[in-house]
Amino acid sequence: MDPHSWSETALPDPRTRVELQRQVVAQLEPLLPPGALLYQPEATGPFECDGLMVYRQRPLAVALPEHDSQLAAVLRACHALRVPVVARGAGTGLSGGATPHPLAVVVGLNKFNRILRIDPLARIAVVQAGVRNLAISEAVARYGLFYAPDPSSQIACTIGGNVAENAGGVRCLKYGLTLHNVLRIRGFTIEGEPFELGSEACDSPGLDLLALFVGSEGMLGVATEITVRLAPRPQTARCIMASFDDLRKAADAVARIVAAAIMPAGLEMMDKPMIAAAEAFVHAGYDLNAEAILLCESDGTEDEVAEEIERMRDVLLQAGATRIEVSRGEAQRLRFWSGRKNAFPASGRISPDYICMDSTIPRKRLADMLLAIKQMEHDHGLRCVNVFHAGDGNLHPLILFDATAPGELERAEAFGAEILETSVRLGGTITGEHGVGLEKLNSMCVQFSPEERNQLLAVKTAFDPYGLLNPGKVIPTLHRCAEHGRMHVHKGLLPFPHLPRF
Amino acid sequence: MPPIVSAHRGQSLSGPDAVPEGMRVDPRGLPRTLDDPALQRLVDQVHTACTEQRRLRIVGGASKAFLCAAAPAGAASCEVLSTRPLAGIVAYEPSELVITARAGTPLAEVEELLARHQQYLAFEPPQFAGGATAGGMVAAGLSGPGRATRGPVRDFVLGATLLNGRGQVLCFGGQVIKNVAGYDVARLLCGSWGTLGVVLEVSLRVSPAPVGSVTLRIAMEQNDAIRAVNQWLAAALPVDASAWWQGMLTVRLRGANAAVQRAVSVLPGEVVEADVAGTFWEDIRNHAHAFFQHARASGVLWRVSVPPTAPAANWGDGTGELVEWHGGLRWVHAPAPDDRIRRLAQHLGGHATLFHGDAGGVPVLTPLPQPLARIHQRLKQAFDPAGVFHAPAFAGW
Repeated sequence: MDPHSWSETALPDPRTRVELQRQVVAQLEPLLPPGALLYQPEATGPFECDGLMVYRQRPLAVALPEHDSQLAAVLRACHALRVPVVARGAGTGLSGGATPHPLAVVVGLNKFNRILRIDPLARIAVVQAGVRNLAISEAVARYGLFYAPDPSSQIACTIGGNVAENAGGVRCLKYGLTLHNVLRIRGFTIEGEPFELGSEACDSPGLDLLALFVGSEGMLGVATEITVRLAPRPQTARCIMASFDDLRKAADAVARIVAAAIMPAGLEMMDKPMIAAAEAFVHAGYDLNAEAILLCESDGTEDEVAEEIERMRDVLLQAGATRIEVSRGEAQRLRFWSGRKNAFPASGRISPDYICMDSTIPRKRLADMLLAIKQMEHDHGLRCVNVFHAGDGNLHPLILFDATAPGELERAEAFGAEILETSVRLGGTITGEHGVGLEKLNSMCVQFSPEERNQLLAVKTAFDPYGLLNPGKVIPTLHRCAEHGRMHVHKGLLPFPHLPRF
Repeated sequence: MPPIVSAHRGQSLSGPDAVPEGMRVDPRGLPRTLDDPALQRLVDQVHTACTEQRRLRIVGGASKAFLCAAAPAGAASCEVLSTRPLAGIVAYEPSELVITARAGTPLAEVEELLARHQQYLAFEPPQFAGGATAGGMVAAGLSGPGRATRGPVRDFVLGATLLNGRGQVLCFGGQVIKNVAGYDVARLLCGSWGTLGVVLEVSLRVSPAPVGSVTLRIAMEQNDAIRAVNQWLAAALPVDASAWWQGMLTVRLRGANAAVQRAVSVLPGEVVEADVAGTFWEDIRNHAHAFFQHARASGVLWRVSVPPTAPAANWGDGTGELVEWHGGLRWVHAPAPDDRIRRLAQHLGGHATLFHGDAGGVPVLTPLPQPLARIHQRLKQAFDPAGVFHAPAFAGW
């Protein structure tokens, strides 16, 4: 079967769907403990969307296996029926990566929630895919260790989901992304065969499939067990809050920090509207007169932090900071961060709806991008508040709209698409850490040429020949890109247009 | 605006929009060399090989030609595809911490340019006797002493341009740290040994040169050394590289001055003079150290990768061992390619690769289990359906 055939199909004939559901339930029910297969509409309801709630679908069924053997059996049965599978962790993803498909079975890994082993000397933890990100750090705290990647949903999101999305967070400038902190992934192919990628050793024979799997959005296999690298918990951390009266000066300060060979444990930026929204929500003590605020954190030993904070302060002042406050004590440091960490809910309070973008651009383009967004607010007639992982150029513009107002969702989406296209044009990418999922399929047409998309599809097919895993996500069809009408930005620049292509 | 340096053309550009003659800037901002005649010749060569059903062997600086992994199977019928004409640093902006180089660029050139800006490649790729190229560094996926703490080359690859077996020039990843659009093909190329295609261009994350650097030498038995190094790391001491050989542990501390000095005051052992230390780590990195010289002279060298805290192993009579990467990399010099060493490595939770010497029929690589072997074969198909790129002897896919 054409791996594309699952994607972007219209809703199936209801009778076909009912018959398929009957078959799926008959096959899967005996494989699972009582109550671990949900298929009544009221039971599957909670699974109809992930963190991107504008997309909703009811799956055929939701399977909640407890053990590897049950999961393998479910996958084998689905594979035999050629029924697609959507793996799901906590469902906190923001790009629709776990949105169900109407002809698919959702496999929830929530019951894979045990921490299997902690090795403080080797500084690793072996955990099941459904373990929450923050639960790892909590479990290893008594050894003076922690798990560094900290997506803002870390209270709820699972490590399996982090692997699927190559989750980032505030700390990754210094500590790396999920990719840099995962040593081994155990899981199952769509055929239900167990595999092991990477190892506790430094590398593995053959191709680096671990690197390929991390960030593959549930398209290549279902991860069940992850071995993560732990880092020593820093003795102390301090945070500088710096105000700027000009966006360009704030953006320039970011480049200067990095150019000064300083590697902050976090380097975040908020613009004026975001500052106002966050301050109203958490009362962090933000400077409401500032055009932009930078939060710049140093962690390590007392000596190191004292040395680094001084260097950071010098650079920020030289860059034109109008006000600088250094956290005194943990309570104040956490208060500085509270606004940043609550940027999304704070936006939810000032607008009925918002969509969160996630592109990355080279640091030097931050100011250009912010000014371009200001123009877009005007063009699309919508407000946008901005919060950035400035240190690594990862933007989270939040486009505010009212879904009940006719045409606003469409305008918000057009606004978002323009941000992504601008990001690609500035030398960046359409998604830094949230993934493509369903949300950015059209923008993939902009970032990749048809040949590149075909190559990505061929990678998918190498793992999943029938295209059963997470159908319709990540790689848009050629048809979709043609229909979408937006040309790949390569257009006219393809190498050697006269050469045959095969 | 910091300059983009184009060492290739020997000119400094005034800004991001200035492009050397003959080059176009990709609308994505990636300076790419689509119209370059050198690239065109490579594309033509792949197309011709495809049509005439010939096979190509990708060669850069040939610095790794002595490795078992580079040994071609039945090379007689194989035509060489040289990446050397495709050379030059395409973009470098120190404040962005990114450098983009074309495949044939000598690694030495990359590192000299970085050093002038107080930056470096933290994974310290080996150059062996010299001539190593940026493309070969990615294709071989080998890293040096700094890998222990800082991570392997694949952790630093941000993007790559690939010429696949269909003769298509494809670009994956980019020049930014965070990028999850599509599968991470750029990183898949690290250690692919040319089986998937020709790496044409690579963008790497670079690191600021460490402020403080001190090397200590401590007399210790192997198991004590491995345990000690890992304890120091768990205690957040700035241990950046380690090597153990013949009862002597050498550790390199790197980081903020305050952190390095504090570590020196609490750790045992004596400080090694800076230039002696520099030579020592370069020799480890490029296999010029006495241990490696001896291993080159006779027998075989195994590259044994194990969980770092795995205990010391008895590799058998007549073997010698040098340990790197905080215990994770054990170089074993053996008189003959005895499969027992591979079984022992697997028993310790790792794997053993025949690095150089006469393999004598023993597989270079630890054979892959299913379903990984099958996935490897299909991936090879996906990138190079006609099998234009000659798989090295070791690749069973």
